[in-house]
Amino acid sequence: MSALIEAHGLTKRYGGFTAVDGIDLTINEGEVFGFLGPNGSGKSTSILMMLGLTEPTGGTVRVCGHDPSRNPLAVKRQVGYLPESVGFYGDLTGAQNLRFTAELNGIPRSDADARIAELLDTVELEDAADQPVVQYSRGMRQRLGLADVLLKQPRLVILDDPTLGLDPAGIVWLLGIIEELSARQGIAVFLSSHQLQEVQRVCHRVGIMSHGKIVLEGTVAALTAQTDAGGFRITLKVEGANDALDAALTALPSVREASRSGADVVIESDEDVRAAAAATVHEHGARLLEMRANDRTLEDIYLRYFQETVA
Amino acid sequence: MSALFWKELADHFGRRRFTLLLGLVALGLVWGAFVDLGQLASTGRQFFFLDVFTTTAGVPISLLSFLSFFGPVIGIALGFDAINAERTQGTLARLLAQPLHRDSVYNAKFLAALLTLALVVASMMIVVIGLTMFRMGIAPTGEEVLRLTGLGLVSIAYLAFWLALAITASVLFRNTVTSALASIGMWFALGFLITLLGGVLADRIVPDIETTDDAVRHVTIESWANRVSPAGLYSEATSILLDPIGGRALNLFTIEPGRLEGLLSTPVSAGQSLQLVWPHIVVLVAMVAILLAASYVRFMREEIRA
Repeated sequence: MSALIEAHGLTKRYGGFTAVDGIDLTINEGEVFGFLGPNGSGKSTSILMMLGLTEPTGGTVRVCGHDPSRNPLAVKRQVGYLPESVGFYGDLTGAQNLRFTAELNGIPRSDADARIAELLDTVELEDAADQPVVQYSRGMRQRLGLADVLLKQPRLVILDDPTLGLDPAGIVWLLGIIEELSARQGIAVFLSSHQLQEVQRVCHRVGIMSHGKIVLEGTVAALTAQTDAGGFRITLKVEGANDALDAALTALPSVREASRSGADVVIESDEDVRAAAAATVHEHGARLLEMRANDRTLEDIYLRYFQETVA
Repeated sequence: MSALFWKELADHFGRRRFTLLLGLVALGLVWGAFVDLGQLASTGRQFFFLDVFTTTAGVPISLLSFLSFFGPVIGIALGFDAINAERTQGTLARLLAQPLHRDSVYNAKFLAALLTLALVVASMMIVVIGLTMFRMGIAPTGEEVLRLTGLGLVSIAYLAFWLALAITASVLFRNTVTSALASIGMWFALGFLITLLGGVLADRIVPDIETTDDAVRHVTIESWANRVSPAGLYSEATSILLDPIGGRALNLFTIEPGRLEGLLSTPVSAGQSLQLVWPHIVVLVAMVAILLAASYVRFMREEIRA
């Protein structure tokens, strides 16, 4: 196993503004890596540097063992890149656009046609293959983009915010394809997104960007443990709650804390204590109106960074 | 790079610009058909096929003036959206993610447009010459063919300048409309303003023309100002090529063909005329090279954000 992407102290400054601030990153063969972070946190800029589409201000990056600024062709032969807003020649058909990409990659015509037909089938565009791309919807373009990226049979695909503008069904479909790519064909996927909950399930590893830095990096499970946020948060709406109830709830096994404001009671616990909590409320003669439990996951941490950036 | 070159060429001949290009060649047909050959023949001048390009008999303006005025429009039309349209469409990032050098994108675009220009100029000239041959029943002499080939080359270099200018604008400006307007603005500045300024400058430096020396100085200043402008270079070069008798004097006087009475009316040879216009061609090509180099450097280092 060798690293497909290796970045050390990768930095990009625009005048006085630091877009990417010394990130270190390693992506291995066959891995699905989620590069997460709010808009403007430096994800796209990092990707541009990996492809030699912009020059780093500092640090180094090697993709498939090559320096993308010095030897861009070696990188681009092995890496497929789907830009944030992918464009096609509108007056050409979907199949013609792919054929052009095949020519640029030096794929012989005889191989190309078969491969294009197969890929159009994979991305479910076989019926629209001979329609000009101007008539394609956003989702269809995105799917054509995916076919375009896979045409050169890459070792690594870099997808910049591929779920952007897709409907929920489209997102599920796309994530399915990504899982399949890595599982069946062993293609490594580097996926950037600002929507953690959607992509986290297909990622082997994630890195969270904030203000140009990678603030967290690792497997989802490891990160959850690392941030010490494991466990449950149960929210109750109770009519007739009182201090005695709070104390009783706090006393339940595995409960760390129970706090109340108005009719809302929030329980922090290591295990799911919903049944016990409901019983306790009942014993104290109060009426339980509503109960919700949510896993404390990475999302909380992610949201925290996200809100910081928005604020 | 060849894949991109052929695609670009197909684009130019595809529906987008086909009408414009076809229209131009068709205009050549108009000149070929309507130039008053009888009047031309009656002057008894030696180079009939050259005069077809400069005469205004039977047509509103000479074919040469037309090329000089509207050639820039063709050059600009083929280049003003070369790079920025790809950017707006979102295809530039995808294109540059393929294993091809960034300069191939640039070169393929320039070369495809240049070949298109060359084909248009050549077809237009062939249409005019062909129609004239058909109407008069005579063929151009070897001397004329040489000079006309020279004219074709100078015209292509002239149009290539405007193409290079427009491609530079397409690299500098992200908006296609801005780059078109900037190119047209430069066309006015380089095509007309410089000539006017040259006149003003000459009047300033040599206010009163009393002696022949003054007249020579006045004209020299004017013609040097003109040589900064590609349009000036083009008109000077074409006069030398198309007017073997009057044109050779152009190092001294910028004078319309045929207006030089009293000068020895022996024509210079085609070879000598070509020698005279050689510097003009070199300067035009150098101007193209400078423009391309400037935008090339800019494009090579640019960030390609989708």
